[in-house]
Amino acid sequence: MPAKNFASTRYSELSEITPETAKDLRVSFTFSVGVNRGQESSPLVVDGTMYVLSPYPNILYALDLTKPGAALKWQYNPKPEAAAQGVACCDVVNRGPAYADGHLFFNTLDGNVVSVEAATGREAWKTKIGNINIGETMTMAPLVARGKVFVGNAGGEFGVRGWIQALDQQTGKVAWKAFNTGPDADVLIGPGFRPFYDSDKGPDLGTKTWPPGAWEQGGGTVWGWLSFDPELNLLYHGTGNPGPWNADQRPGDNKWTSGLFARDPDTGAARWFYQWSPHDLYDWDGINEQILLDMTWNGAPRKVLVRPERNGHVYILDRTTGEVLAAKPFHPITTTTGVDLKTGRLQYIPEKKPEMGKVMRDICPNASGAKDWSPSAYSPRTGLLYLPHANLCMDEEHLQANYIAGTPYLGSETRMKAGPGGHRGVYTAWDVAGERAAWSIKEEFPVWSGTLVTAGDVAFYGTMDGWFKAVNARTGAVVWQFKTGSGIIGQPTTYRAPDGRQHVAILSGVGGWPGVIVSADLDPRDGTGALGFLNAMRDLKEVTTKGGMLYDFALP
Amino acid sequence: MIRTALALVLAVLPAACQREERQARPSPVGGESREEVALVSLSPGSAGPVVATSGKAAQFEGNAYHLSQGKKLFVWFNCNGCHGQGGGGMGPALIDDRWIYGAAIENIVQTIREGRPNGMPSFRGRIPDDQIWELAAYVRAMSGNVPSSAAPARSDTLHPRPAENRTDPSPPVAGGLVPPGGERAQ
Repeated sequence: MPAKNFASTRYSELSEITPETAKDLRVSFTFSVGVNRGQESSPLVVDGTMYVLSPYPNILYALDLTKPGAALKWQYNPKPEAAAQGVACCDVVNRGPAYADGHLFFNTLDGNVVSVEAATGREAWKTKIGNINIGETMTMAPLVARGKVFVGNAGGEFGVRGWIQALDQQTGKVAWKAFNTGPDADVLIGPGFRPFYDSDKGPDLGTKTWPPGAWEQGGGTVWGWLSFDPELNLLYHGTGNPGPWNADQRPGDNKWTSGLFARDPDTGAARWFYQWSPHDLYDWDGINEQILLDMTWNGAPRKVLVRPERNGHVYILDRTTGEVLAAKPFHPITTTTGVDLKTGRLQYIPEKKPEMGKVMRDICPNASGAKDWSPSAYSPRTGLLYLPHANLCMDEEHLQANYIAGTPYLGSETRMKAGPGGHRGVYTAWDVAGERAAWSIKEEFPVWSGTLVTAGDVAFYGTMDGWFKAVNARTGAVVWQFKTGSGIIGQPTTYRAPDGRQHVAILSGVGGWPGVIVSADLDPRDGTGALGFLNAMRDLKEVTTKGGMLYDFALP
Repeated sequence: MIRTALALVLAVLPAACQREERQARPSPVGGESREEVALVSLSPGSAGPVVATSGKAAQFEGNAYHLSQGKKLFVWFNCNGCHGQGGGGMGPALIDDRWIYGAAIENIVQTIREGRPNGMPSFRGRIPDDQIWELAAYVRAMSGNVPSSAAPARSDTLHPRPAENRTDPSPPVAGGLVPPGGERAQ
């Protein structure tokens, strides 16, 4: 799976590549995925075969690592509907396939979940569960556990109603579906639901914390990362931003958007919920990765869940109850004063609330957040969480949003810009127990790639101007870097190849929300384009071009 | 002297009083004009593609009222959600000079009515025909391809760029599905 394990640590036990040896890394093979759009996916390696998934049209390739040059073994094209590109908010990306029991599972942009036989590339099943006519797409990487494939929808900018579904791993039949807005029966909230905080208790909050009927277009999508704790038998998934962005059109806490659910993976029944950003004002989706760790907290062993969140805080939650143990900022913040640990509630600064017909300046973090989907990694050797993130603020003005099914439901104009310091990206090593940054590397552009860390104490990430970097996981010193053909927004993978060596692979191909200026040829003279990201990325066209190439590296 | 000046004023007056013509009553909501337009300039023979348009363009292009209505509708129908204020996002940029599906107002009308294969929805039956024409006329205004005397002069937005009447004309370039993008727009 892209996250390496159910706990989503993205930590590899391989130790051949070290800060000392990394300087000798050489390209071992490359492969063109044939699509020049944003490459957010993660290559997977299973039993001597590498699986690579392209952005729309979501072609899956199998490369035979036992053959010279990693020969193409098969390719599978699900032929998604081209029209789906029109309802993909932030480039036509895909965040990767998942592997389990001889099959690969992935989502297509037009709302299909597919199972493909790993040995042959033959389609085992294909189930359509998303509807592009109401703005639903699917871009997330599935998680497979307990015989089920867990997937969710995207479309929070189109007024969709967010859901997560479990499909039978063998047949593709839907086992359960839970909405993240609406009546308790739809959200699968029953007697077993025990949220930690009072603000999440009470019947049908998924309708009562909205104006009448607004929950039907309320968002709360599931386009990010899932984690699973086999011992507690709990599935963890975040929920996306509420719709529309104009918060005055949806007074109330807007449950269960911009939060985190713990669910029973067998039935979907909700066990607890915590809301990162109640009544979200700034498009702060709550869908980032959750890293499951066992750590000592205030002298006692706790099962925790670590979440670097879009609102600018690294949270530590008790993953059995949903109690917030800590929330510390890792990004300049002008919009909130932190989290009240008694009520668990994020404290907004009322003066920074965007209004209709008025430009609110210097909102930090911006709409894409201190850190968007790009997943972090945790090393038990260093106790550090490696965070690829941004340093961005924005100006915003709210407008009246009209709901027209299948068209954007926003009611907002924004223009984004660099945060304090002028750099737009940061790679931070966060000391989880010490609740502070151990070191950080400033980057010109938002760090939109994922990252991984190894037992060799090396961490890898990429930049939007195309550098693939290896850093010393203890000091942050860059020990090796390679300039790929296009900007990097993908997720690195490291593995032991049939040749016995440790390899590391990354997809190069700029795009995604900040990179769509290049991948879709946008015009930077309009700063509000790409939902305001154009303003912050005007110079990206000067440093990189479109691409879609896999690079694989190894020591000689 | 005074008589000469008066005569001059009287002579100029009729021209100054010229006002834009437009039909006060729009065409029936269900109706639509018939536009036989080509997407390309290539056609066998030297004459170019065979086209037959309704002539409705003349009513809308360069008409300040329709352009202003188009600007309002561009937001009301959520066009700005995908195309921004013309820079693009989920949809292509509209202020640049590349026209994937043709730059003539009839092409744009067809694009809005029929949809296009890579994501543009079809709005036939969802937007009255005259409003489609107003939108199409405004889309041409975004790249400076209507008379500046008629183009909207004010934007009630974050003002990411000058209003349409101060936008430099960018003569259309036929784009195709894979525009030769990459270079920064000038």
